[in-house]
Amino acid sequence: MANEVVDHGRRRFLTVTTAVVGGAGVVAAVVPFIKSWEPSARAKAAGAPVTVDISAIEAGQKVTFAWRSLPVFVVNRTKDQLAQLKGLEPRLLDPMSSDSAQQPKYATNETRSIKPEWLVVIGLCTHLGCVPDFVPDIKPEPFDANWKGGFYCPCHKSRYDLSGRVFSGVPAPKNLPVPPYHFIDDTHIQIGVDPKEAG
Amino acid sequence: MANVFSRIGDWVNERAPNLAPTYRKHMTEYFAPKNFNLWYYFGSLALLVLVNQIVTGIFLTMNYKTSALEAFNSVEYIMRDVEWGWLIRYMHSTGASLFFVVVFLHMFRGIMYGSFKRPRELVWILGMLIFLVLMAEAFMGYVLPWGNMSFWGAKVIISLFGTIPYIGGSLVEWIMGDFLPADATLNRFFALHVIALPLVLLLLVVLHLAALHEVGSNNPDGVDVKHGPKGNKWNPEKPIDAIPFHPYYTVKDLVGVGFFLTIAAFIIFFAPTFGGWFLEHDNFTPANNLVTPSHIKPSWYFTPFYAILRMIPSFFGTAIWGVIGMFGAILLLALLPWIDKGEVRSVRYRGLGFRIALGVLVFSFLALGLVGAGVTAEVIPEWFPGADVTTWENAFGRLMVLGYFGFFVFVWVYTRFGFEKTKPVPERVTMHD
Ligand code: HEM
Ligand code: FES
Repeated sequence: MANEVVDHGRRRFLTVTTAVVGGAGVVAAVVPFIKSWEPSARAKAAGAPVTVDISAIEAGQKVTFAWRSLPVFVVNRTKDQLAQLKGLEPRLLDPMSSDSAQQPKYATNETRSIKPEWLVVIGLCTHLGCVPDFVPDIKPEPFDANWKGGFYCPCHKSRYDLSGRVFSGVPAPKNLPVPPYHFIDDTHIQIGVDPKEAG
Repeated sequence: MANVFSRIGDWVNERAPNLAPTYRKHMTEYFAPKNFNLWYYFGSLALLVLVNQIVTGIFLTMNYKTSALEAFNSVEYIMRDVEWGWLIRYMHSTGASLFFVVVFLHMFRGIMYGSFKRPRELVWILGMLIFLVLMAEAFMGYVLPWGNMSFWGAKVIISLFGTIPYIGGSLVEWIMGDFLPADATLNRFFALHVIALPLVLLLLVVLHLAALHEVGSNNPDGVDVKHGPKGNKWNPEKPIDAIPFHPYYTVKDLVGVGFFLTIAAFIIFFAPTFGGWFLEHDNFTPANNLVTPSHIKPSWYFTPFYAILRMIPSFFGTAIWGVIGMFGAILLLALLPWIDKGEVRSVRYRGLGFRIALGVLVFSFLALGLVGAGVTAEVIPEWFPGADVTTWENAFGRLMVLGYFGFFVFVWVYTRFGFEKTKPVPERVTMHD
């Protein structure tokens, strides 16, 4: 050893720079591994719009279609069912659909739809994503003596009305989301495309 | 012959001189208090189950197919066509449930005898980390058969992360690698379940035992044998009230193993689904992303935490409170060494308040388990016809949530402000023989 005296300042500088540069290298090396968990190109491509035929859905019925492998409920609501939506407001969390993330502008109305009778919502509970059951009949149910028809989530018992509006006092915090959609003609809707974009 | 063995022994010793002392340190010269009772079986039983899970798991991997298209059928194949495949699978699935039985009892022992207290806080913290990894491991294993409960269980649990403000939505997609639990999800869970988490678990168990052997075991009296008189039959330096782990406790633990294996064998052969508690009926149908099983519930060992999640409603447009409550329930357990400030360890000599609180904790935990498993929702209409199920279930469940969290609040106040009236602690362990 030529130099017996330890230069502590220099040693600290070298330790810190080595640690910082090495640390940055480790962080950079971790990024690809983290990124590899994101939906792959193939998974993303599977998210194309779908066109569905609604002519066979009778009044009062619900049919589930798959869009981006999400269940989309299409319900043909009867006059009677639509009439029930009115009196429910005090029992709902967001009766006016004021949360704009939950539906496009054209569905921000009382029926949360383009045409009053046709409800189109993503059938995933806003609590933790189960598929709620369709319980359309206006009659007392074990979970609600005053039931006016709607959706009931079996997972943690969230309830929604027939417009997908969530009741207050249940675990779910938001109304069921309305996906972008538009009517191609009277019997076909396309899910995944706004009316504007469709022209 | 003996000569050959001792020569091999010497050969190894010259090259790895630490092996023999390590063996002595942890087995023949590891001195443990002589008054261990039934509650001290569960640590070694947890080790036994861990080995069972690893061995049966390796053999399951040989026939299991990791793909959303094939997973369900490959499990059916293991059950029906692979020679003894049903036994290996039932050993693994029953083992998973018994793992939690054993670990819950092991943890209860720790709370009851104050084993989490100074100087064993690190043993306890490592134990809680083991518990977290074990829960992740069990959850991911449950997803692998890709039955409908697997799918929906995965969906609900992953969605927990979606309640985190701002980043929630993209975090959920990142975990699933898709917009729903899908092939990508199944594959990554498989990787974590069969290799990543077991490695972590093994490491933690080694650290858990290393930390324990550094400070020495507690015992049902909560008296420190190390601070008592010295000099026992084997070693004049070591505590008088301690005996060598091997052969005394190895043999004792073998008795526990015998009992445990008898019970396990009975379940595996006669009740592998345990009435829908160990393997759920809805998981005998393949995953279907458009149909939620009508009674979705997690495996029984998650039900208490799941009930806490369910009983806490959403406020201010977010469901995160239930999630915070659920993880908080586990975090509070981990912090117990700093919440419980009482000097006396064992419940035998602690104040009445602590005994009652411990009873309340156990009762609320079990009751929450029943709420989470949907048992209360079934019995309320039977016992009280006409009652509003949701209202009553919520009332009962929320009371139990209060009971669970109340334990921690009470114990802190009780011990921090000197309300506890303890009994005199004996100088040496009491032997009941
Ligand atoms: C894979 C799971 C686990 C294994 C294999 C394991 C293994 C063991 C073993 C062999 C012992 C010594 C024997 C005994 O005291 O019973 C022990 C002690 C202990 N364990 Fe665990 N354990 C596990 C999980 C846990 C968990 C989840 C906790 C709690 C958070 C925990 C807390 C403790 C404590 C506090 C002790 C010391 C007990 C005393 O000295 O009184 N362990 N563990
Ligand atoms: S997922 Fe619907 S209530 Fe929890």
